[in-house]
Order: sequence, then structure tokens, then C-alpha cells
Amino acid sequence: MPRRNIAIDTITKIEGNAGLKVVIEDDVVEDLQFVISDYRRFFTTAVRGKRVVAVPSFLSRICGTCSVAHLFASLMAIESAQGITVTEQTKALRRLAYDGLMIRDHGLHLYFFVLPDVLGVDSILDVSDDPDDLAHKLLHDSFDIKRLGTDISNAVVGAAIHAPWPTVGGFLRNPDPAKFPDLIDRLEAVRPKVLRGIDTFFGWDASLVRNTDYLGLRNDTRFDFLEGDVVNSNGRRIARPEFKNYLQYVQIPHSHAEGYRFSDTGEDYLVGALARINLNRDLLHPRTKDYAASYLSAFPSNNVYHNNLAQAIEVLQCVDDAIDLLRIIHVADEKPVRTQTTAGTGVGVIEAPRGLLYHMAKVNDEGVIEDYDVIVPTAQNQINIENDLKDYFNENLDKDEETLRANAESIIRAYDPCMSCATNFLKIDMIRR
Amino acid sequence: MERSLHQTSGSEQHKRLVVGWFSFTCCEDSTILLTELLNDHLDEWKKVVEFRHLKALKTQNSLAGLDVAFIEGAISSDSQANEARQIRENSKYVVAIGACACTGQPSTSRNQFASEQINERIRWYLSHFDYGKEVKRLGEVIQVDDMVRGCPMKVPSFLQTLNKYLELFGIAKHAS
Repeated sequence: MPRRNIAIDTITKIEGNAGLKVVIEDDVVEDLQFVISDYRRFFTTAVRGKRVVAVPSFLSRICGTCSVAHLFASLMAIESAQGITVTEQTKALRRLAYDGLMIRDHGLHLYFFVLPDVLGVDSILDVSDDPDDLAHKLLHDSFDIKRLGTDISNAVVGAAIHAPWPTVGGFLRNPDPAKFPDLIDRLEAVRPKVLRGIDTFFGWDASLVRNTDYLGLRNDTRFDFLEGDVVNSNGRRIARPEFKNYLQYVQIPHSHAEGYRFSDTGEDYLVGALARINLNRDLLHPRTKDYAASYLSAFPSNNVYHNNLAQAIEVLQCVDDAIDLLRIIHVADEKPVRTQTTAGTGVGVIEAPRGLLYHMAKVNDEGVIEDYDVIVPTAQNQINIENDLKDYFNENLDKDEETLRANAESIIRAYDPCMSCATNFLKIDMIRR
Repeated sequence: MERSLHQTSGSEQHKRLVVGWFSFTCCEDSTILLTELLNDHLDEWKKVVEFRHLKALKTQNSLAGLDVAFIEGAISSDSQANEARQIRENSKYVVAIGACACTGQPSTSRNQFASEQINERIRWYLSHFDYGKEVKRLGEVIQVDDMVRGCPMKVPSFLQTLNKYLELFGIAKHAS
């Protein structure tokens, strides 16, 4: 069998720029490179010398779609470094804003990026204009779902992208609770549309099964994106400040982003919605568990396409959680908690839409950043993505090239990778791959 | 939006504004905002705008015969500069979108790094890939006809600019 090269210069319908190179020789994948090609901006170097209050807003510019995740992880790292404990109100408002982020961000990925794969069309631009067509209904469901997520963010943190109100210790401006009743009504109204989406992604028969490890945050009291310890499939439990110590950094010569292995196993691992639902589905909101019961039967799952189904279930989780929060939250006129500036190091580990996100801030006694580090989900998933693709190509080399390309893109898309996030950082320990 | 405005009769077909949307070095916040605008405008825009190049939403993309190219992000390398020039050659008009394209910031942060900040690891990336010596705003690389500022782009300014080009190409009368 002659040597054969397959190249996808630009993978579409993802966030950022990436490509794929595959070399096949004697019916075996000789080399496969998932190339993240966004140029680095070296933001973790750029924040050195900045005062801590300016840093979270700057670092929210790491990523347009999950800017609120970077904002909150940075706030939590700096608050930890400064010994600041935020109020219960701030915690509840951050949780609510995060529900809005997840609803909007997952909605974008599921309906604008993945749904065309489900429908067998190139783009949402090709979806029928017939209002009775299921594809048309799903697309218009997505408008309502995404708009609602954005409006929750607007009401709670001032904007869905680069939110201006959150600050170190709390909020520069408290949200107006007069806007909450309308949001509750709209969240209730959108639930059937969210369920229609779950049913659609459950019914999609795409499959790529590979046994891997899953890492995610677990708070034993509720399904939580912002609090808990890091756990893996084997039950290993890691306190958040220790998380980085369990990661083996891997420099990837062909990619602008790095990769990671989990030190316990020395193997690749997956972070994101599939990991969260595999690890934490027992903690879902009771109403979500009730309405999604038949779909949850798919988990635990090693099918990477079920990352899409897991995201769809998380949208319902966030809808139900947001309804609860909006009903009970009382917004007092609080000021941000501040302490006397001290030197210290703090860590923020949260679940970004695409998985575990780590921020570390080292602050000097003048309140200035001395060192900063970020580890993003897409970098953690990079080796897993490549290993999934190697398996896929090795098992499907009899297929025509167009099918191989299309399926490779849909596998990558299932991960919901974010290249903007993946190319802003520098790691300290270098291990040549 | 009245559907009747966009229905064609026989072989008559309204011209649509042929648009490309591109991203270089940035956080793609304006692309995300564009996808949010589609919640309210997709049905309307499909009738007056042809998105001929929109990598965030389409696999089948083409640079040929663009009326307007909307370009987000700063330029980090010669290869990106060449790509921007190629877009310019294929587009009647180019609009810079968002702060990184209009001003370079914050993507140009590395231009201000002191030499001691450029350590071995940064140097590895700069030399291993084709990073340019400096990150540039779009206007330093190609001629820009309009700018939509903001981080992310200001929505009213974007809509105003889009409508300007719809009018310029005689398409506005078909838009809502």
C-alpha cells in the first residue's frame, strides 16, 4: 500500500484555528498531528507587573466565548492569593452567571457547530426555511436558548462577553433583581426546546468509543462548575491547589498549544461535559434527572460524540439551577470584600464549558502580579484528541477520503475545542515528546 | 421582516451582499458576538447577505468575488499578512472588526515585552513557528476601508456599517 497523506488545512465550525495532518503507510497511521495554529499572545507573561485588580478583566480577553470562565478563575486565584473570602451573595451570583454562560456557550456549539453534522448539511445557513421542518425548529430553538443565556449574563454580570461588573472580592455593581421574574418565565418556557435538543443529540448514532480517563470537578452536594475537588474515573480526589502537580506537561512540536498527561496513570485524559456527566450525573438537579432520565441511561459513556449529548443535558441542568437561584436570591447592596494587600499565591480551578480550567496567581506585597499560569481544557484534551483520531483512522482506512475528512472534523468538533484559549500560555517544565 | 420582500419571481433573483468573515490573532469575541446577532438577524440576513466565507459556520468557503471582508484580529506573522493581502485582493471593501484589528491591542502585548521577559520558552515559540517580529494592527498590513471598534465590536456600529454596504451595493431596499 503506497504512502498516503491526508491533510485538513482548516478545521471549520470550531472556535479558533486548527488543522490535521495524517500520514498513512502500509495501512497503518504512521503519524497524526492535530495542529493548533492560533498564534500565542503570551498573556500570562503580559500580566506580570500589572496590579491584581486589572488582571481578571485583561485575562477574560483570552477567549471570546468563555471569557466569563477565565474572568471567574482569575478572580478566584487572586482572591485566594489575597486571603479574600467572598460573600454567599457573590457566590450565588457567580453561579447564576455561570449558568447563563453554559446555556449560551453549549447552545452555540451544539446548534451552530454540531447540528449541521447531525442534519448532514454544511451549515446552519443551509437549514430549511420551512417552519414545520424539524431542523428549522431546532435552529430557532437555539436562538431562544442562546439569547436566554446571554440575557442571564447581561442581567447578572453586565455582559456575556468580557463582563464588566465582577471584580476582586465581589461586584462593582450589583444586578437589578427586578429583571429576574422575566428570566424565570423564559427559562420555564425554553425547557421543552432544550429537551427537544437533548432528544436530537441522543438520537444521533455517531460513535467513536475509546477507553480513556475522565477528570472533572466534583462538589459532593450539587452539580457544580465552580466549587469542589478534582476527581478522576478511578476515584482519585485532588484538592484544587494541588491539581497542577498531577499534570505532566508535554510540549507538542507541531502545535502552538501544549498537551498534558495525568501523572497517576501517565496516560491521556478527557475533560469537559462528557467527563462531568460521567463523574457527576448523580448530582444533577432533581428536575433535570427526572426529565432526562432516559437520556442519562447512555452514561457512563466512552463514546466521544456523547460529549454533545452531555452538553445538551447540562443546558437543562443550568436552566433548572438558574430557575431555583432566581427564585431565592436576594440581592443586597454589597461592596466588594477587600483585605490589606499581602504577598501570596492562589489557585482558581473551575469547570469551563470545555472542561477543567486552572489559573494560578503569584502576587507580591504591593499587589502586583509576579507570576501567572493558566492551563486550559483544550490543551488537556489535545493528546486525547490525537489518540482518538489515530484509532478512528486505523479502523476506517477503507473509507473514501471525503468520508475520512468529514468524520475526523466531526470527532474534533465533538470535543468543542477552543484554540483561542489553547494558545496563550507558557509552561515551565518542558518534556520533549 | 416581510417574507414577500425576498421572494423571487421567475428567474429574477435579488443580488445579495457577498461577505467574508475572517479571524486572525484575537479571542474571536466579535465572531461570537456575530453568532449572537444571528439569533435575531439570521432569517433576515440570509435574504440579503451571502456568507461566502465564514469558517466559524461553514466548511465550504470561498474567497472569490467578495463585496466586503470583515476581518477580526491582529496580524502575528508573515503568513497571516499574506493571507490578509489575499483577502484584500479578493474584496471590494475591507472592514476591520474589533479592538485587535483596529488598534492591535491587546494582541500586541508582546511588542512591549522587555528583553528580560523574552525568556527561553518564548524564544522557542517565536523561532519554532513563523512569528513576526511584532504583532500589527490590520491597517499596518492592508488598506482598511472602515473600522468597527470595541472589545468585542460595538453592535450598533457593526449594524450601521453592514447597512452602509447594503445601501452601497443597492441592496438596502430589500432589507428590513
